[in-house]
Formats: sequence, C-alpha cells, structure tokens
Amino acid sequence: MKMIMAVIQPKRLDSVRQALAEIDITGVTVTEVKGFGRQKGHTELYRGAEFVVDFLPKVKIEIALEAEKVDKVIDTIVEACKVNGGKIGDGKIFITNLEQVVRIRTGETGSVAL
Amino acid sequence: MEIQILELQYAIDTFYFLVMGALVMWMAAGFSMLEAGLVRSKNTAEILTKNIGLFAIACTMYMVYGYDLMYGGGVLLEGISGEGETYSNASDFYFQVVFVATAMSIVSGAVAERMKLFSFFAFAVIFTTVIYPLEGSWTWGGSDVFGIYNLGDFGFYDFAGSGIVHMAGAAAALAGVIILGPRKGKYDSDGNSLPLVGANLPLATLGTFILWMGWFGFNGGSVLAMASKESADAVAMVFVNTNAAAAGGVIAALALAKVWFGKADLTMALNGALAGLVAITAGPDTPSALVATLIGAVGGLIVVASIVCFDRELKIDDPVGAISVHGVVGLWGLLAVPLTNSDVSFGGQLVGAITIFVWVFVTSLLLWIGLKALMGIRVSDEEEEDGVDITECGLEAYPEFVTK
Repeated sequence: MKMIMAVIQPKRLDSVRQALAEIDITGVTVTEVKGFGRQKGHTELYRGAEFVVDFLPKVKIEIALEAEKVDKVIDTIVEACKVNGGKIGDGKIFITNLEQVVRIRTGETGSVAL
Repeated sequence: MEIQILELQYAIDTFYFLVMGALVMWMAAGFSMLEAGLVRSKNTAEILTKNIGLFAIACTMYMVYGYDLMYGGGVLLEGISGEGETYSNASDFYFQVVFVATAMSIVSGAVAERMKLFSFFAFAVIFTTVIYPLEGSWTWGGSDVFGIYNLGDFGFYDFAGSGIVHMAGAAAALAGVIILGPRKGKYDSDGNSLPLVGANLPLATLGTFILWMGWFGFNGGSVLAMASKESADAVAMVFVNTNAAAAGGVIAALALAKVWFGKADLTMALNGALAGLVAITAGPDTPSALVATLIGAVGGLIVVASIVCFDRELKIDDPVGAISVHGVVGLWGLLAVPLTNSDVSFGGQLVGAITIFVWVFVTSLLLWIGLKALMGIRVSDEEEEDGVDITECGLEAYPEFVTK
C-alpha cells in the first residue's frame, strides 16, 4: 500500500476530484495549507505599499491506495493540475510506503480497509 | 407670523428631505454588504471597491450633467442657488443624486466576480450621466420621450421608482450579464447550474437590513414634504406600507423556499425582503397595510421563482439575484399600482415599463458591446480563478494567515 500526498493549487482541486472519481478513487483527504517552493510567494499591495506574501494558499491531498494504482493516480493528478503547459507553483506529488490501514467501524486491516 | 410659519414649513420640508436623502445614501452600505456577503471571499475587496467607486462616480456625474438632463438646473448645478419654493432646491438635488447611485449599485452585484473593474466604472460614468437621467426626465422630469409621446398622458405612475430606479438598474445589469457570460464553473458541461456559495451570510443579512432601513428614506422621502398634516399622514402611511411589504416578502419567500427546496433558505429570505420593498416602491401611498403586505408577498413569491428560472433555465448568471429582485419584481410593482390607485391604468403602467426597459436595455447593451471592443469587460480565466481581489486590487479581503 502507498500513500500519495500532493500539494496543488486550490483552484485545481475541483478538476482533480473529478478526474480521480473517474478512475474510481473512492476516498481523498483534503487540507488547506500554506507554503512556498520555487514560486516564492507573490506581491500584494496595501495602502500603496507593495509587500511579499511568502506563504501562498495551497491544497494538500492525501490518498491511501494499493501500490498498483499509484502510477495511474499520479498521471491523473499531473494532468488535472498542469494547465496550459504548466507553471511554477503548480505543486508536487510525494509518494510514501503505507504500513497499515484500519477501518474503525469493522476493525478490518490491510488493503480491504482502503 | 404667517411668514414665520411658512419659513418653518420650508425648514422642516428641507430638513426632512436631507435626512431621508441620508437614509437613501446609507443604502449604498446595504448594497455593499449584501454583495460582499454573496460573492466568494476571493472577490470581496473588489466588490467593495466597485461599490464605493460607483457611488462616487454617480454623485459626480449626476452633478456634472445628469441632474440638468433630468430636471434642468444647469450643468454643474449652475442654476441651483439653494433657494427653492417650498424647500431648498439644493436639498432636491441631494435627494435625487442618491437615487442615481442606488440604480447604479444594482448593476454591480449582477456582474460580480468576473468583470474588469475599470470597464465597470466606465459604464457607470455613461449610465449616471445619460442613460438614467434621460429616462428619469421622461418620468419624474415630465419631458416627452424623444418629443414623440409623454408618459404623463398615459397616466404612468411610479411613486419612488420601482421602474424608474430599480427596473432601470436591472435592465442595465441584464444587458451586462448577457454580454459578459456566466462565471467560470457556474455551469457544468451538461449545462447544469452549480452553486457558487456566498462567503459571508452575516454580512449579506446585515446588508439586507441596512437596505430595508434605507428604504424608509427611499419611499418616505418621495412624499417630498413633511410640514403639513396631509403630508405627515402620507409619510406615516408610506413608512407603514414599506415595512409591511418587506415583511410580506420575507414570509412569502421563506415559505415558498421551505415548500419547494425543503429548507429555510436564508438568501431567498433576504431576496424576499428586498423583493417586497421593490414591489411596494411604485405605490406605497395608496394601499392599506394588509394590501401592502400582500403586494410584498407576491413580490417574494415572484423573486424565488424568477431567480431559479434565470439561473437554471435561461443560464443568466446573476450572483446576487439583482435582475430578479429589481427587474422582474420592479415590473410587478409598477403593475400592482392600479390595484389600489384608481387614477392609474394597467395600460399606462405597461407603456411606462416598456419605455424604461427598452431604452435602458438597448443603450446599455450597446455600451457594454462598445466597452468590450474598446477595453474588454471580462478578466482572463486565470485572473478569475485566482480571484479579482488579488488581480484587480492587489490584496485579500480576509488575510487569514498573517505571520507578522
């Protein structure tokens, strides 16, 4: 089992959710987060003064899934988030091993609990 | 002694006019809060900028030329010395100018979240200088419509502006929305309407209450006098009916929403209050309080059906429901006057409504098309996704993650 964690632009969340539903991904956890990478924030204007906002709003998606689905999901997320050829700030995807999953209601463990 | 009484009368009428005008000015705050509450948070600062900007443009352009076109009085108010017959004529200008701003405010909500700020301001300049004042000159100003016919001959009656102010604003808004198109993400690929939920319902509710309060100035002030027994009685009745109609609108809209959608829909209740107010504005002087409640209630029913129809059937994306509240219900308000006022005919009301709508809609449509060709009226897809707060105003209305 694998855990996919993707940090993406908030405005792409809707199309990512739709695209994932189309490939039968049934569960996603979403968190509003702030951060910066190479995009390095943006400038805003307040009372005539420009200032840099270092931490930009992003959305973090977490998906636990069987290892064989990982490639498909990665392709789907990339495609949904890379609009107009892609831009700095589109985000990143991190993949880690997932040791165990437990469904609280039934106590099932492993891939049946996914 | 008699002169002193006349002067006192003059002073009271002028004072009344000014205070009522200030109440109408306060409606600008109501529109700002209502619209700020019903847009998404990424578009809040822009809609607020739009509201205060359009108010200032309306005040300035109406002073420069609009008032002269509507009532005479000279470019830049040259003809206004301050002294009038029964009240100061400067107070008359003041009372009229805040009405123009109200009409213009109606447009801003309908085109929210996707229009370029300065294209909107350019529209506001022409609307408040020519489009509204000319239509006002045919109605309250008493002039002939392009020298062809006079609405007074048809017995057209619009007490405080269901048609002249509200439907006119909605006609301009409708033209704008047609040229502008719906917000991104409003309709899916099958054409189903998706809700883009307003960010702050407490603000929207506050805005509605502010508008309700301001409306006492809008309708009450339109009696144009206070310093006699007759006018004091008339003012009191107008206040009572204005309040009654708003209450009727809320009850009807809330009840219909509960039956139709299964839930007590707050934003429909808010729109119901405004619909009740718009409905009674054409004739708050003649109905009894009960009839006023019913006129408002019908407005409340119409507005819920109209919003759903525009949104789902006609695919006209109006984020705050302005076209339904002010346009469709404004027409109902005009047509409801003959029910309680025997001097007014349906035919005359219809001729007036058509005259106002056609003029405002067609000129606005041409103006929006012209602006689109000249400077563009819509922000880019990417700017719309990021929100016009950042792209037009360079800031966020709710900076929630502050590190210093």
